[in-house]
Amino acid sequence: MGTNLTIGKAINAGLRASMEHDPKVLVMGEDVGRLGGVFRVTDGLHKDFGADRVIDTPLAESGIVGTAIGMAMRGYRPVVEIQFDGFFFPAANQTFTQLAKMRRRSAGKLSMPIVMRIPYGGGIGAVEHHSESPEAYFTHTAGLRVVTVANPEDAYWMIQQAVRSDDPVIFLEPKRRYYEKAEVDTAAPIEEATPMGAARVARHGTDATLLAYGPMVKTALQAAEADTDHSIEVVDLRSLSPVDYPTIVESVKRTGRLVIAHEAPLSGGPGGEIAARVTEECFYHLESPVIRVAAFDTPYPQSRLEEHYLPDLDRVLDGVDRAFAY
Amino acid sequence: MSDTTAHEEPELIQLLTPEGELTGHPDYPLDISAEEIRALYRDLVLVRRVDSEAVSLQRQGELGLWASLLGQEAAQIGSGRALGERDMAFPSYREHGVAWCRGIAPKELLGMFRGVTNGGWDPHEHGFHLYTIVIGSQALHATGYAMGVQRDGAVGEDGTAVISYFGDGATSQGDTNEAFNFASVNNAPVVFFCQNNQWAISESTERQSRVPIYKRAAGFGFPGVRVDGNDVLACLAVTRAALDNAREGNGPTLVEAFTYRMGAHTTNDDPSRYRASAELDEWKAKDPILRVRRYLENNGLADDAFFASVETESEAIGEQVRSECRALPDPEPLDIFHEVYAEPNVQIDRQRSEFAEYLASFEGAGAEGGR
Ligand SMILES: Cc1ncc(C[n+]2csc(CCOP(=O)(O)OP(=O)(O)O)c2C)c(N)n1
Repeated sequence: MGTNLTIGKAINAGLRASMEHDPKVLVMGEDVGRLGGVFRVTDGLHKDFGADRVIDTPLAESGIVGTAIGMAMRGYRPVVEIQFDGFFFPAANQTFTQLAKMRRRSAGKLSMPIVMRIPYGGGIGAVEHHSESPEAYFTHTAGLRVVTVANPEDAYWMIQQAVRSDDPVIFLEPKRRYYEKAEVDTAAPIEEATPMGAARVARHGTDATLLAYGPMVKTALQAAEADTDHSIEVVDLRSLSPVDYPTIVESVKRTGRLVIAHEAPLSGGPGGEIAARVTEECFYHLESPVIRVAAFDTPYPQSRLEEHYLPDLDRVLDGVDRAFAY
Repeated sequence: MSDTTAHEEPELIQLLTPEGELTGHPDYPLDISAEEIRALYRDLVLVRRVDSEAVSLQRQGELGLWASLLGQEAAQIGSGRALGERDMAFPSYREHGVAWCRGIAPKELLGMFRGVTNGGWDPHEHGFHLYTIVIGSQALHATGYAMGVQRDGAVGEDGTAVISYFGDGATSQGDTNEAFNFASVNNAPVVFFCQNNQWAISESTERQSRVPIYKRAAGFGFPGVRVDGNDVLACLAVTRAALDNAREGNGPTLVEAFTYRMGAHTTNDDPSRYRASAELDEWKAKDPILRVRRYLENNGLADDAFFASVETESEAIGEQVRSECRALPDPEPLDIFHEVYAEPNVQIDRQRSEFAEYLASFEGAGAEGGR
C-alpha cells in the first residue's frame, strides 16, 4: 500500500504523523504557518493543528532556536525550520553554545528534543546565501546529531525518528531533491524503518565504494550506473554524526577502494574525517588512497557557475577513475 | 545629542530610603510584617557572606573564578523572594542571591567556579535554570519556556510566571532584544529583570545604551519600570507585581533594577583601572543591607540578640562554604564522555572505551610511572 511521494511531501507527511502521534510536537519558523514554508514542507499543518502548534515566528533565527530551547525545557518537542542554509548562521550561537551543550551542562537533567530542519545545498539557481552546505559546522559540534535524506522513504521515516529522538537533530533537507518521487509504505510500523544512525548500501558492487549523502546520492548512483567497466558499490551515509563506520568499513574491506563525494567544500569537510578513519581501519585492505570529490574551498559561487562548483556526474566519475589509477 | 542618556537617574521606585525610612509607594503597596523584613535582612546578610567567602576561596586557589554579587543583594533577594514555587528563573552567572532563594545550596554554586561541573543542579527541581555564561542567551530560553507555559494553559491567577536575569551589558545583545520581541508578540508570561549595576566589565552603561534601559520596553510594546535596586522592599514589590501581571496573562514587563556592583566584575578583574573610588563611596552610602538594618533598629523591630543570631549564622555558613568547597571531589576522567547525548552514540562510545583502555594501561605503573 505504497504512496507516491516527493521528498518534500514525505517530510510533510512525516511531520503530520509526528504531530498526530505526540501533542507536544510543535512546528516553528518563518512562514511555516499559512504559507506552509517557502518550500511548502509544512503545508496544511497550520490549518489542521492550529497556530499554537504551528508557530509563525518573528524573523529572528537566534530567537527561533533560543525559544525552542526554552520550550523543550517546558516539555515540548519543537521542530524548527530554518528557511535556508545561509540563514542558519544568526542562530549559530544558540545552536553551538546552548542547544548542543545543554545535556552535558545539566549532567543529563535536561534533554533537548529539538529538530532543526534546514533546506541545504545548491543546484537550484538561487541568489547568494541560499545554497550553502554547512554540515561540517554541525558535525564538529558534540551534542548534535546530524542527518540528511536522499529519498522519500528516508524522508518520511527519518523525520519521525528525529522528532522522537531526545537529542537535538540537525535535519538537512537536500533542496534540489525536494521533488524526487518514489513509493513510500506509510502504513509500515516505524520500528521497521532503517535506524536514523545507520548508513545504507544503496547499490551493491565489488570494485570500489562510492560514499555520498543527501543531494549527492543520486549523482553517485548515476555514476555507478555509468561506469560500465567497474562494479561500484554506493553507500548512502544518511547520518553524518555519528557516522556508521562499521557499514563503511565493511564495504571498503570488500571493495578495496573508497571515493567520497559531497557538496560541502573540500577542506575540513566530512570527507576528510571519514578518509582518515577509513585509512586507520582499512589500511591493509586499501588498493588506493581514499579519494575525495567535493566543492571548492571558495564561497558558493553565483548561480551561473554552480554547475562547475558542484561535483557533477563527470567529476564523480573522474574521482572513481583516480581511485582505479593506482 | 538626545536629551536622555543611559545614566540619567530618573525617579526610581523606592520604598525604603538609604536612611532606613519606610516611605512606601502608591503604585506598589507592600503588605509586609516586621518578621518578613527580618527574614529579608537575614537573606541579605547570608548571601553576602557566601559571596565574600567565595571570593576568599578564589584567592586561596580553591576556585578558578568567582563573580561577586556584592552590592546587588537587594535586587536579587527582593526579586528572588517574589517568585512563587512554580515559577521558573533563568539566571546569568552572578545570581547567587536568587539561587539562594530557590533553595540551591551554596556548594552547588561553587562547583562551576571550581571546575568540577558545568552546571550542578537540576533546573526543574529548583525552578532555577543553570548559570548561563554566554551573555543574553537565557533571555530567549526564558521566553520559550514562557511560551510553553502558555501552551500548557498554566496562565491565570494560579499560573506560572517566568523571570530572566541579565545585566545592562546584555541589553546590547541581539538575543536579549529578540527575546523582548518574541515575548511581546506572544504576550508570554515572562519578566525581564535587568540588574543595571552600571558596568559591563570595564564598559559603563553609556557604552551600551543611549536611552535608559527600562525605556526600551516601550519600543517592544510592554511596560518598563526602573526600581531602586538597592532597596529590597521595592525590588520585592515591583517584581511581585510584574510576575503577577505575567501570570495573569498580561504579558511581559522589563524591570530595571538600578544598582551597583561594589566589587570587581570577577576575581580576574581590576576595577581601579576604569572607575573612580568616589563612585564606589557614593554607592556604599546606599548599601542595600545597611538601610534594612537602620529601619529595623530605628523602629525597634529587631534587638541586639537578633543581629547577633544572624551574625552567628553567617559565621556558620562561612565555615560551611569553606569546608564544602574543599570537599568537592574532582570528577572522574571518563566523565568527559558522559551525558553528551541522550541516546547511545557509537563515536563517543568508541572514544570512551579507547581512553579507558589507555588509562588502564597506567594502572600498577605507580604514581610517578604515569604522566
Ligand atoms: C557573548 C559574550 N560575550 C562576551 C562575554 C564576556 N563577558 C562576560 S561578562 C561580560 C560583561 C557583562 O556585563 P553585563 O551584561 O552588564 O552583566 P554584569 O556582569 O554586569 O552582571 C562580558 C563582556 C560573554 N560572557 N558572552
